[in-house]
Amino acid sequence: MRPPHGDTLGSGRRLGIPEFDHPAVGRPIVRATGLGRRFGGRPVLSGVDLEVAAGDFFVLTGPNGSGKTTLLRLLVGLLAPTAGTLEVHAERRSVGFLGHEPLLYRELTAVENLDLYGRLYRIPERRERIGMLLERFGLWDARAEVTATFSRGMLQRLALCRALLHDPELLLLDEPFSALDAEGAELLDAELAVHGARTIVVASHQPERVAALATGRLALI
Amino acid sequence: MTAAALLVAGLGLALFWAPEDADQGISQKIFYVHVPVALTAYAAFFWAAWKALRLLWKGGDRYDLESYTAVHMGVIFGVLTLVTGSIWAKVSWGHWWVWSERQLTLFLILFLFYSAYFMLRYSTDPGPRRARTSAVYSLFGVVLIPVSFMAIRLAEGLIHPVVFKRDGPDMDGTMFLTFCVCLAAMLALAGGLYLLELSGKRADANLRDLRERLA
Amino acid sequence: MSGYFADVAALARKDLLVELRTRDTVPAMLLFVVSALVVFHFALPEESSRLAASGMLWIALLFTALLALGRAFVGERDQGTIDGLILAPCDRSAIWLGKTLSVLAFLLFAEAVALPAFALFYESVTWELVAGLALANIGIASVGTLFGAMAAAARARELLLPLLFLPVAIPLIVGGLGATVSDDPGRYLAFLGVYDLIFAILSWASFEYVVTE
Repeated sequence: MRPPHGDTLGSGRRLGIPEFDHPAVGRPIVRATGLGRRFGGRPVLSGVDLEVAAGDFFVLTGPNGSGKTTLLRLLVGLLAPTAGTLEVHAERRSVGFLGHEPLLYRELTAVENLDLYGRLYRIPERRERIGMLLERFGLWDARAEVTATFSRGMLQRLALCRALLHDPELLLLDEPFSALDAEGAELLDAELAVHGARTIVVASHQPERVAALATGRLALI
Repeated sequence: MTAAALLVAGLGLALFWAPEDADQGISQKIFYVHVPVALTAYAAFFWAAWKALRLLWKGGDRYDLESYTAVHMGVIFGVLTLVTGSIWAKVSWGHWWVWSERQLTLFLILFLFYSAYFMLRYSTDPGPRRARTSAVYSLFGVVLIPVSFMAIRLAEGLIHPVVFKRDGPDMDGTMFLTFCVCLAAMLALAGGLYLLELSGKRADANLRDLRERLA
Repeated sequence: MSGYFADVAALARKDLLVELRTRDTVPAMLLFVVSALVVFHFALPEESSRLAASGMLWIALLFTALLALGRAFVGERDQGTIDGLILAPCDRSAIWLGKTLSVLAFLLFAEAVALPAFALFYESVTWELVAGLALANIGIASVGTLFGAMAAAARARELLLPLLFLPVAIPLIVGGLGATVSDDPGRYLAFLGVYDLIFAILSWASFEYVVTE
């Protein structure tokens, strides 16, 4: 497998897969009313209302412990709400998630990890897509090394590759910049800047970085 | 409600003094307690599994509470079954435990299984997952009942020679009536305790909800 | 449909690959089962019957299986990778099936060592024993994987799994031992088959409820 040449970020096309038919920008993709989640007896989140339209760049802010991670996990489907209602109009196969854990197998190489997810998500032209993402995020040289040897920044970059692998309609990112090194952060900035019709929800306790792109906001206390 | 349940239970107890069985004498009386208790335990486990199915189907806290309480009843009556069965074994054959008693062995296995149910609940954090996991486990429990019974029968020929055998008593009219009344009494007792415990748990849950909303 | 099995294959392959790289589970299982067989020598009286020796083999294999089952989901839960699998569009039951197949593979490796050891130390190995073992493996792996997932989400997980699993494993011991030593192994093998069918289907269908929040 050799890295494909170049990358056409500018036009919004993604190399390796046919042009993705994004839904009409503007319709709601996530809607929550009175959303709440309790752990044991302790309510971590309560009375959250939010609406995210397709193509939005939504920023969740709040101090540590305010429930941003819980809210994201509710949106992505890893947690079920204990109060309120939540509608997410995106199938599992078109939702991407970057959480606190990279969701990667330490004993497998970068390529093996992405290959597993590539198979599960039924990505066409899997190898080309994996190669392209690894190269874009500067991991091509480390592709055959087990992720146990990766630095934190490299792991986060690989996790980003995993989240973007299936070109999701809806991308949820939980403090993505916190574990990234400088180079990785720049790459992520570039990626977010051209999100196009992709809906993005970012949770960050330092939202200045993405403030310029934001079309919607929610501050949790 | 509980008063009515206990009344029926008491009635049953009073009645079984009526017919004295000539054959086995006093030991035979334990039958009137042992078998209804066993049947009640089975009923409780099946009730729990039914509620568990409802939980998995529809979801919601109330089925979880009901299933959990039913399992609790089942275990209580299961222990009673083991105790009365053991007493009966001692009286009949002089041993506190007899492996060839299939029902008893089955209850021992079920007791272990459903005790693990409580370990599972205590060890898992409360939430939708714990409810669902408990529900799945209690479904395994009722499926285990016939499978274990088959296993015990198969094991008999294999390991433990059948030394003691007991024929079920031939019941005439009065004995059958007594048995039925005792059975009804036990079921009513179980039902009453179930409702009592359930309302207590529901009250706890409501109190917790209120506290959270005020906080 | 082929997609489902492709998912299962990818997942099973992942588990086997991880085990190949770390060699955590299988070597421990091999050592454990042989150690257990040796310990049993000192626990069994001199003229032990075939029945007693075979019984000990089944117990040894059951506890060896618990080693593998105990580890099946703990790594996924601790590293959080189970979330990655839940998020994926594959059927949740495919996760169960992939994991069950890999546990079966580990059991087969362990038995490939245990049976010759048993033949060396105690009694010869008959085809009935192997058939019983094959059927019992399916039951152990099926139910054990499901219960392993339940236990992994709980706190005292190493303690919890044996408690959950042993009562359900009793019929397997009866069936397996019966197949090994009785005059009518067919009956016991049939019983194991019925057990496998019922519990494998039940485990397959209920995995989704146990692994998702």
